[in-house]
Amino acid sequence: MASFKPTKIQVYPKLGEKVTQDTLYWKNYKAPVQIKEFGAVTSIDFSPVTPHNFAVTAFTRIHIYGPFSQEPVKSFTRFKDTAYCGRFRSDGQLLVAGCEDSVVRLFDVSGKVALRLFKGHTKAVHLTDFTSDRYQILTGSDDYTCRLWDIPNATELTTYTEHTDYIRCGVTSKLNRDLFITGSYDHTVKLFDARVEKSVITMDHGQPVESVLLYPSEGLLVSAGGRHVKVWDLLKGGQPLVSLKNHHKTVTSLALSSNGQRLLSASLDRHVKVYNTTNYKVVHNFDYAASILSLGLAPDDASIVVGMTNSILSIKHRKNQEDSKEIAGQQRRRPSYRVFVKGKNYVPKQDDYLVSKPVKEHLAKYDKQLQRFNVSKALDTALGTYIRFRKPEITVAVIKELDRRGTLKNALAGRDERGLSQLLNFIIGNLVDARFTPVLVTAAEMILDIYQSVIGQSPVVDRQLLRLQDLVKREIEFQKDLLEVLGMLDTMFASSLPRKESASASAPTVDPFPTCSLNTDS
Amino acid sequence: MVEHGDIRVVHCGGSKINFRDPVITHDSRFLLCASGEAVKVFSTSTEECIHELRGHTGLVTGVLLRPSNHLQVYSSSLDGTLRLWDFTDGILIKVGQRFQLVAVHLPQSGDQMVEAQELSAVLSGVNPNPAAIAFGRGGEFIASVNDLQLEVYFFKKQKSYRFFLKEDNKKGGWNTFTCVACHPKDDCIATGHEDGKIRLWRNFNHKKEYTYSTLHWHHSTVSSLCFTPEGTNLLSGGVESVLVQWRYNQESERDFLPRLGGAITHITVSPDGSLFCTSHSDNKITIIQSCVKVSAVIQGLVKGDSIRTDLMMDPRSKALVLNGKPGHLQFYSLQRDKLLYNLDIVQQEYIHESGLQQFEVVKAAFDASGSWLATVEERHQKAAELELNLKLWAFDEQTQSFVLNTTISAPHDAQITAMCFCQPTDSQTTLLVSTSKDGHFKAWQLAAPAHTEDEGPSWLCDFVSAYHGLVPECCSFSADGSLLAVVFQEVVTVWSPSTWELLTTLSQPPGAVSDLCFGRLSCSKYLLGTTASNLLCWNLLTCSLEWTTSMDVRRLVADPLSENMAAFCYQSGSTDLFVFKPSEPRPLFSHKAVCSGKVTQAVFAPREEMLESCEESSQWLNRSQLYFLTHFSLITRFLLSPLKLVIDDSVAMTPFYLLLGKHRQQQQETALPQTSTSLLLLFFPFFSQLLQTPAHVLPSTSYLCSMFVQSLLISAHAEEEMESEKEEEDSEEEMESSRSKPELAAAAATESDTPALTKAQARELRRVRKLDHSWLAGLLDS
Repeated sequence: MASFKPTKIQVYPKLGEKVTQDTLYWKNYKAPVQIKEFGAVTSIDFSPVTPHNFAVTAFTRIHIYGPFSQEPVKSFTRFKDTAYCGRFRSDGQLLVAGCEDSVVRLFDVSGKVALRLFKGHTKAVHLTDFTSDRYQILTGSDDYTCRLWDIPNATELTTYTEHTDYIRCGVTSKLNRDLFITGSYDHTVKLFDARVEKSVITMDHGQPVESVLLYPSEGLLVSAGGRHVKVWDLLKGGQPLVSLKNHHKTVTSLALSSNGQRLLSASLDRHVKVYNTTNYKVVHNFDYAASILSLGLAPDDASIVVGMTNSILSIKHRKNQEDSKEIAGQQRRRPSYRVFVKGKNYVPKQDDYLVSKPVKEHLAKYDKQLQRFNVSKALDTALGTYIRFRKPEITVAVIKELDRRGTLKNALAGRDERGLSQLLNFIIGNLVDARFTPVLVTAAEMILDIYQSVIGQSPVVDRQLLRLQDLVKREIEFQKDLLEVLGMLDTMFASSLPRKESASASAPTVDPFPTCSLNTDS
Repeated sequence: MVEHGDIRVVHCGGSKINFRDPVITHDSRFLLCASGEAVKVFSTSTEECIHELRGHTGLVTGVLLRPSNHLQVYSSSLDGTLRLWDFTDGILIKVGQRFQLVAVHLPQSGDQMVEAQELSAVLSGVNPNPAAIAFGRGGEFIASVNDLQLEVYFFKKQKSYRFFLKEDNKKGGWNTFTCVACHPKDDCIATGHEDGKIRLWRNFNHKKEYTYSTLHWHHSTVSSLCFTPEGTNLLSGGVESVLVQWRYNQESERDFLPRLGGAITHITVSPDGSLFCTSHSDNKITIIQSCVKVSAVIQGLVKGDSIRTDLMMDPRSKALVLNGKPGHLQFYSLQRDKLLYNLDIVQQEYIHESGLQQFEVVKAAFDASGSWLATVEERHQKAAELELNLKLWAFDEQTQSFVLNTTISAPHDAQITAMCFCQPTDSQTTLLVSTSKDGHFKAWQLAAPAHTEDEGPSWLCDFVSAYHGLVPECCSFSADGSLLAVVFQEVVTVWSPSTWELLTTLSQPPGAVSDLCFGRLSCSKYLLGTTASNLLCWNLLTCSLEWTTSMDVRRLVADPLSENMAAFCYQSGSTDLFVFKPSEPRPLFSHKAVCSGKVTQAVFAPREEMLESCEESSQWLNRSQLYFLTHFSLITRFLLSPLKLVIDDSVAMTPFYLLLGKHRQQQQETALPQTSTSLLLLFFPFFSQLLQTPAHVLPSTSYLCSMFVQSLLISAHAEEEMESEKEEEDSEEEMESSRSKPELAAAAATESDTPALTKAQARELRRVRKLDHSWLAGLLDS
């Protein structure tokens, strides 16, 4: 006697992204804290020393936020015009910022008034940074020049005039006090050595460069501009390594995750993308409400800070390790588990006599009803609240099984107003789901056949039938539109594909998935 | 049939075991059932076939235990003989020749034939189904049902009563009788009906005052009924495949045994009532203990309505694979004539209801190493669209069975016409190509998981293509996997699987190409195809037609181990076999009229060890054997399709036969005087009997030796003894027949005209048998 074979629940491929280690890691952030600034947030810089405060440059102010506060710890408001590029020194004591009025200001983090003013540029200064020996400042300006300044006496040391357009970004080497890199709207990225008069390496990015970033080892350089993010090998004399084109608008900001394993890029298309730096594949994606101008990542990825054009600053803090551990610990302590495994790991001794017990197989409730040929009850069980809403595939599988047995009509018939409206609700909710359509269309037709004599007797059922009709009409329109789009795409592909030699055979169309039928029944 | 001296066609198994009621012996140790032209003896505990009682030349139509000696059994056959066997040793005891008239009158069933001899005047127009006749209460009456009529004939009164039912009752049920059973102790007849009702008739010895009660549980036809020997229970079964046990006189209490397999066709109970056994329509016999618990299952080759998957060989187990019970693939061992196991493809509860559309396995394919199996199942409903599933199974080394790897629902929009695996020699990637009636063919490839967290590799579609909107009919990979040929009606397209480029097209109108085969080994440059009227061979190097022959090839099979090909041609009602090499113009072997009817399924099975045959015409059988499936329609109601095997005659020689043959030759050579020829005569029956008897029942050699020597000595005293014994036995037989049921009278009558033997032969036979008995008795005493 063969045992009863339970109803086969169709396993549908999971739609959307696959869950990977990366998605788990990057999803492990709390809900973002949103802070309204006075204007578009153009720059975010984390202090290299604990407690890792960060400076946010927005409009004419620079705010410094603590790691957990939602209010600024400190504000610098002495700017006559829009401030740019507030950056900490490597000891976290000093802060430098450029301004639209071409004056570069140096602040003490604890003070309020500028310690030094560096005047010499003729146009807005978008790039400021400290060199690694802490005594010099690099600035880049819209007057096409970049300069090195001496901090103690606020004098200009060198001027480089190699760029032919605005200089909007740059970075100094953390290992060598004489090296720095600038990116310009003339599409080039230049590496300068302060010991010589000229740039050492010039790299052509191809688009106006918005951001540059050095790897911690400083062997690789990342530049962003236009829709491209490009990686250059500095040790090979600026050879291009990879070109990434994953955004569909200008990439504005770059950041490296603290261990250097992941690269983040933010763009005007409102996405932040996370790349794996070994194969440069996108492993995760963040969505934001507005175009992103600046991006900052705290050490150890403790928080992600994003500044947007709508002057919103969004801060995401990482979830605490202890919290998640505690939840897992609670689950392990659940007493029922011990009861469940009790005696299961007992190994019989040598002279024990083993009495085998037939393994009782577990059947789901609807299967038990199906086994007894109680078709209506089986359908009722499968229409239970939990299954209906959480696992509609089970309900559909039971309907399919009943149809296979030729008893679906019997199971659907003989329902009262409540039962029928419940059934119709389920059908309305799932009919247009492509996975369930073929099964549910049959069921819907049967319901209409069976209950056509009682139409008009119950306002609830009538309303639902009208909704069903409306739904089917809309779906048909939608599918028509889809077919039209498909036809348009086909003509576009056909015209763009080069003609092959083997044109005698109809052009092979690569279709990795069997298409499900598009037409629905009225 | 034998045209060539050394090659002949042999029926090798797969016959039905559910054709007639099986019989359980008195000690419940053995089960006997008719199986094709033989009677098989199974052990009820181990499910093994112990003996095959061979000797009939026609279909065996009935098996019955001899009531006087429960170690013997009668069998009847369509060849017109009735044979008596000793089933414990598997020895033929007697052959009875029936009257030809009887064979013409009622050829279907053994016991019916016997009845007809006695009662042909009283019972006319009986149902050809043996379930429609039953003896009641120690043979006092006989009940027969036909259509809407129940007829009871009392032997003593020589009178028959007829009862009629209306054609259908008000609820629309059908009252037609299907089977009948009589209570062993009581005056009660149970009849089964087409609407699933069982009627218990009482008081049927009155024309008017008869009564009946109705039992109803079955929802469709009751096909078999049986009372237990004590009459306490009634067993019934039908299409639902549920054995129902009703308590006699307490009909509300029932026991059920559900999901036994196919529809129940026969139910029998052992004489002591301890075992039931049910035969099923899927060629299965289930042995059930009286506590309604299955104890053993004897499964034969399942032959459904049609073999939609072709015959295949499993490369690992060397088993024949074809679709069996609904939704299953069966693995059938050709060597042992035994079903190894069924692989559940559909994995759905089978609903036993006639007229319901079920999932059927329609296509299956193995890859070259047997590590992958692809199956296609489909369900075609009238209104709804076609449901198709393509499943890929991986062989699991640990469990030694196939495990489902990937299910692709709706792989094509229409039915899949053909499917084949690529047989790569070096590369690791496995490729599957399926062609469909939707005009496309698709290539499926084993793809590594996209993410490391996934369990393992699964199959994905790699390539889709079509050719001018024509329907692809079949596909084939070349032996090295470098070429794929797909047939689009009249056009053969050749593709390169590595780049998916169309390399060339071949066509030879008129007629669509129906079968396609690449040559192998030295003939790998040839591509063979068949059309309705021609056999075509293309040379792939020149892309031109090499040769063509006009013949109606139904099936083209390539030997996987050599370059030989076998073509089955249908010509004027019978099938011819040609074996040829594509490179040679003359066939290696041809056999006219292999069988009548069409051969649509055939397969080459590799031999376990290679033969060394030097004859040219039989060389093609050295490495593999050719099996094919035939469709015989003997009686309009049955479709019998035994498997046939083509083998060399030399293989059929058993060691014993060789020994015997040598012995005989030596004796003939020595040209013994007259006395020794008579010695030969008496020597051989004993010798052969000695060899036929199973070794475990033989007494010790020393004991046999003296007997053997004794048998060589003929004394006048012994002959006299023989004569007297013979008379005694005859009288004994007469007594037996008078005691037993009427059917035995016939048996006795047939016994009297045994085939004419010479007197000396008969005497010696008798003597040897006598001897046989004596040592058997000795054995029993010890």
